[in-house]
Amino acid sequence: MNIKFQLNNRPITVNVPPDRRVIDLLRDDLGLTGTKEGCGSGECGACSILVNGTTRLSCLMLAPQLNGCIVETIEGLTHGDDMNHLQEAFVKHGAVQCGFCTPGMIITATDLLRKNPHPSRDEIRQGISGNLCRCTGYQKIVDAIDAAAENSDDEAVR
Amino acid sequence: MTKVMLPETLDELWPILENEPETAIYAGGTDFLVKRRKGLCGHGPLACLERIGELRGIEEDARHVNIGACATFSEILASAPVRNHFPLLIKALSVLGSPHIRNMGTIGGNIATASPAGDSLAPLYVLGAEIKLVTSESFRLVPVKDLIKGPGQTDIRPKEIISGVVLKKSGAYNLHHYEKIGRRKALSIAIVSLAALMKIDENSIIKEAHFAWGSVAPTVFYSPEAEKAVKDRPFTMQVLKDAADIIRRDVQPIDDIRASAGYRRSAAANILFRLLQASSDFSHGSHDIEVSGK
Repeated sequence: MNIKFQLNNRPITVNVPPDRRVIDLLRDDLGLTGTKEGCGSGECGACSILVNGTTRLSCLMLAPQLNGCIVETIEGLTHGDDMNHLQEAFVKHGAVQCGFCTPGMIITATDLLRKNPHPSRDEIRQGISGNLCRCTGYQKIVDAIDAAAENSDDEAVR
Repeated sequence: MTKVMLPETLDELWPILENEPETAIYAGGTDFLVKRRKGLCGHGPLACLERIGELRGIEEDARHVNIGACATFSEILASAPVRNHFPLLIKALSVLGSPHIRNMGTIGGNIATASPAGDSLAPLYVLGAEIKLVTSESFRLVPVKDLIKGPGQTDIRPKEIISGVVLKKSGAYNLHHYEKIGRRKALSIAIVSLAALMKIDENSIIKEAHFAWGSVAPTVFYSPEAEKAVKDRPFTMQVLKDAADIIRRDVQPIDDIRASAGYRRSAAANILFRLLQASSDFSHGSHDIEVSGK
């Protein structure tokens, strides 16, 4: 079936089997492999994307659910070829180790900072509580989000 | 190829259920799509209810708050009427799943899933919630405790859907507590949970108490005997111990990957003692609740 939506600021129409999961649509059909599949069951947050400005898990959505929606993936957050402030903060603070959770973390932190540009560290921890990281111990990720929020007036995630 | 339909009105849904009775329905998909992928929910057509306008939204009148079945947990957490009148539900939903799960999962889905660990269920039991069930030609209102029959089992009939949840406002209670014991704070499925509503008077006498437990029986567990055991008695450890003895005796927990039955039995009883700590909040008259992910 044909599905029309806006993907990373560009209108797109795709023809896919209706029971295609959104994660498979993004990665396999559209080649956007930034979004990762971890658990496939809603427990790890690696597949987080933004749908109409709110995080959702792309492993638990079927393609037709995107019809008419505004969808953002990690590929849509860069400024041209440059990283945005939040991404730079992740690099600077060592928040990226194996990197598998990073796209989901950045998508989730983007949602958090758009709604709450200056969160407390506790609010940051709660905000990313649905995203598992097995490398960093979270401290550096919290540091990075905290720094991005501090160093920019809402510019980090626009 | 599986057909997936996204009706936007109930009038679009009814012919689907009528003409394709094999259709499985889902809303947020956080539970359903996991099971479906494991082959546990058939292979027929799917209808996703999340775009049906009549099932969305939260409305308030003088005596009730009506929550649409497809209101997400995040929408309920942000709702002023629910925050003002049902702090117990807010506390429970703020520890349900994770921010992403709360953005997707719906209250109707939590009820239909009927998991003994469903975080909205124990609060809905003590709040005396009534569930609105509709078909193309019928409407009925059923107390949640009569609707849920066992793990994953409800009295929802073929071609019938949950359209909403009716909560009756009550100013009668001054202690609203939800606590969940799990392996970690986020993304944990309750090993034991307790929802409690109490009215405690100025002399610290328990005038009324309603308790419900998750994950200690095939459905939400409640105990009129334990509620009676504390009524008109002082709000003290000794009195709560009498209720705890009844709970320890009566719960029907199982061993599973998360905990042993024995642990659940002890924890279900002892979790009552946390009410004494929870009461330090209510004595200041504060209903401020921290909601994660907001």
